[in-house]
Amino acid sequence: MDYLKVISDHADVPGGILQAFHAVQAGLGYLPKEVIAEAARVFKISTADAHGVASFYSMFSVNSRGKNVIRICESAPCHVAGAAEVVAALERELGIKMGESTANGLFALEFTECVGQCQATPVITVNGKPYLDVKPAQIPSIIAEYS
Amino acid sequence: MINLTIDGIQVSVPKGSTILQAAAQAGIRIPTLCWHPDQAVKANCRICVCEVEGNRLLQAACSTPVTDGMVVKTKTPKVIEARTMILELILANHPQDCLNCIRNQNCELQDLAAEYFIRDNPFENKTRGYELDRSTPSIVRDQNKCVLCRRCIDACSVTQSVYALGLENRGVSSMVVPTLGEPLIESPCVMCGQCIHACPVGAIYENEQIDELLAAIADPDKVVVTQIAPAVRVALGEEIGMKTGDLPMEVLVNGLRQVGFDYVLHTNFTADLTIIEEGNELLKRLKEGGTLPMFTSCSPGWINFCETFYPDLIDNLSTCKSPQQMFGALVKTYWAEKMNIDPGNIYSVSIMPCTAKKYEASRPEMCDSGYRDVDLVLTTREIGRLFRMSGIDFSKLAPSQFDPWMGQYTGAAVIFGATGGVMEAALRTVYEIVTEQELQDVNFRMVRGMEGIKEAEVDLNGTVVKVAVAHGLSNARKVMDQVRAGQCDYHFIEIMACPGGCIGGGGQPITKANAKRAERIDAIYIEDEGLPIRKSHNNPEVKMIYNELLHEPLGYKSHELLHTHYQFKNKKYL
Ligand code: SF4
Ligand code: SF4
Ligand code: SF4
Ligand code: FES
Ligand code: FES
Repeated sequence: MDYLKVISDHADVPGGILQAFHAVQAGLGYLPKEVIAEAARVFKISTADAHGVASFYSMFSVNSRGKNVIRICESAPCHVAGAAEVVAALERELGIKMGESTANGLFALEFTECVGQCQATPVITVNGKPYLDVKPAQIPSIIAEYS
Repeated sequence: MINLTIDGIQVSVPKGSTILQAAAQAGIRIPTLCWHPDQAVKANCRICVCEVEGNRLLQAACSTPVTDGMVVKTKTPKVIEARTMILELILANHPQDCLNCIRNQNCELQDLAAEYFIRDNPFENKTRGYELDRSTPSIVRDQNKCVLCRRCIDACSVTQSVYALGLENRGVSSMVVPTLGEPLIESPCVMCGQCIHACPVGAIYENEQIDELLAAIADPDKVVVTQIAPAVRVALGEEIGMKTGDLPMEVLVNGLRQVGFDYVLHTNFTADLTIIEEGNELLKRLKEGGTLPMFTSCSPGWINFCETFYPDLIDNLSTCKSPQQMFGALVKTYWAEKMNIDPGNIYSVSIMPCTAKKYEASRPEMCDSGYRDVDLVLTTREIGRLFRMSGIDFSKLAPSQFDPWMGQYTGAAVIFGATGGVMEAALRTVYEIVTEQELQDVNFRMVRGMEGIKEAEVDLNGTVVKVAVAHGLSNARKVMDQVRAGQCDYHFIEIMACPGGCIGGGGQPITKANAKRAERIDAIYIEDEGLPIRKSHNNPEVKMIYNELLHEPLGYKSHELLHTHYQFKNKKYL
């Protein structure tokens, strides 16, 4: 998403900073630091104040990732065991790509290094809790635990 | 005038006054926490609530304007109950840490808890579990102790126009954070320490390094040498129960010997030296068409500010190091040689009114002596603590003289501590260099005082030099914006990061009100008036160092030891 354009599109609108934040939030699922800093520049307030605005409203998420961080191991043993299919299932189920967060701020998808559970690959963790021997078909029920 | 009654006392106050102001006039103190004498009213803590007849709800005294015939009661059972509850709620998530706290005995929250004799807090104590932010060499932030009064935000934004601090989230999870919730070092913070003065509690403080000094003193191989900045003396007495300005310089010198310094020298010596170098730099720029206006460079918070916000004006900065860093470079070269001491054994400590100086001393380029030029920077407050611990009765302590070669100074150096002082000191010298006549009246009163931006024109035998003086970075920003836009024709601009100049520095005794800064300024000019020599170029030890080492201002040796360069601080988020 071209957030520079989204922000500059709202530059002359009264209360534009909130609308711009809404648009970016809808697109990216959160407000990255770069967006807050750029909005500060365009709307001529300090980044500290723009961060204050963004973090004040609960409809915006200033954390770069969703509340529940799902990590999938991408080290060799998991990779060989079919991690790619699990990734595809996660992305399909949540409607986001690896490295992104869902718009409701509930989930984030990240890769991780070997988490030391190679006896039961592939492995994912949710908020640090490991799920072993994960099959793509299990993904919806794992996600449901946290929804 | 508005007439009202407070606790049965009739008062008459100007229209627009608040209940708080009217009560003060009636001799009644109402407790405050978020209120600050030099800041806009915030009215977020509610500790100042009072009963106002005709109102069911209690009213905040700091924000409620008085009206004719108003009847106010400041200490009814209802009021006391409300204030007690507010305090209990604050204390419920405040660490019970007074004994270990840097603000023990100098804390507005502690005072209030004592005044309202909070004993058994009915609310369970739950602290918030933030980690200390020690990311800068100057400032430490402890969000666990923050009472969310927002006074620091005001200091950083309104007074300093740095905007490094802001409020994050809301309600119970709100917190004051540096830009984007990142560690302070990632923010545009210039380390001026004005937020420390603003904070009523121990949530922001200097990076305390007294232990490092004590370790150096305990090390038999180290020769511990100190320099003292001109602004320290006038305020240090406040830390040891004396009135502003009352601690005599020679008694302070002896105090430093008592706590274990091997040699006591003076930053004033290099302040005088700065004037010779900077004065000549100005004249050279004027003569050869160098970058003008030239900015003074002795305030490291200001240097950080210029490097962060005005990188396009870096060439306007004087290349002179600050007096602290000139001193550092000389003490391990010139002075070491004179004293026949191995510079590797010298531990150079500087006593400063400033938190940004801790950062300045750590800059990688500040090692022109071949060593780190200044090993340790302690603030006035830290030395105050050491003095209190020493058990010395300063009213009985005999005076003692500074050690030789870098201890003599003039009145021109003393006034470096006050806004306008560097400018005045420079004018005293530049005038005599240009006109080759003796300056009769050395007092340049138009650059003195607490006015935010001061201007003057000085006629040097037909050449008119236009100067400006700004203190507090929001004033500096106004002047810088004019310079950037090409809207002014100043030749020389003095800028100090802190309101009032160094006497109001971030390392000085906690100073809530600007009135205290004005008092310290008065003490500075009294000291200047009382000195036999008041022009930097007449300092005998300065003459000696030019004879023996430097040979001429801006010469080869000066460039090696006394001058520096600056860099754009490319902060990611401003
Ligand atoms: S900030 Fe004040 S109340 Fe809190 S621990 Fe420190 S001295 Fe005590
Ligand atoms: S030290 Fe100065 S610049 Fe840094 S946060 Fe405090 S007031 Fe702001
Ligand atoms: S850090 Fe200090 S000044 Fe800032 S809001 Fe907290 S208590 Fe107030
Ligand atoms: S490789 Fe995935 S857990 Fe070890
Ligand atoms: S002092 Fe009045 S509300 Fe804080």
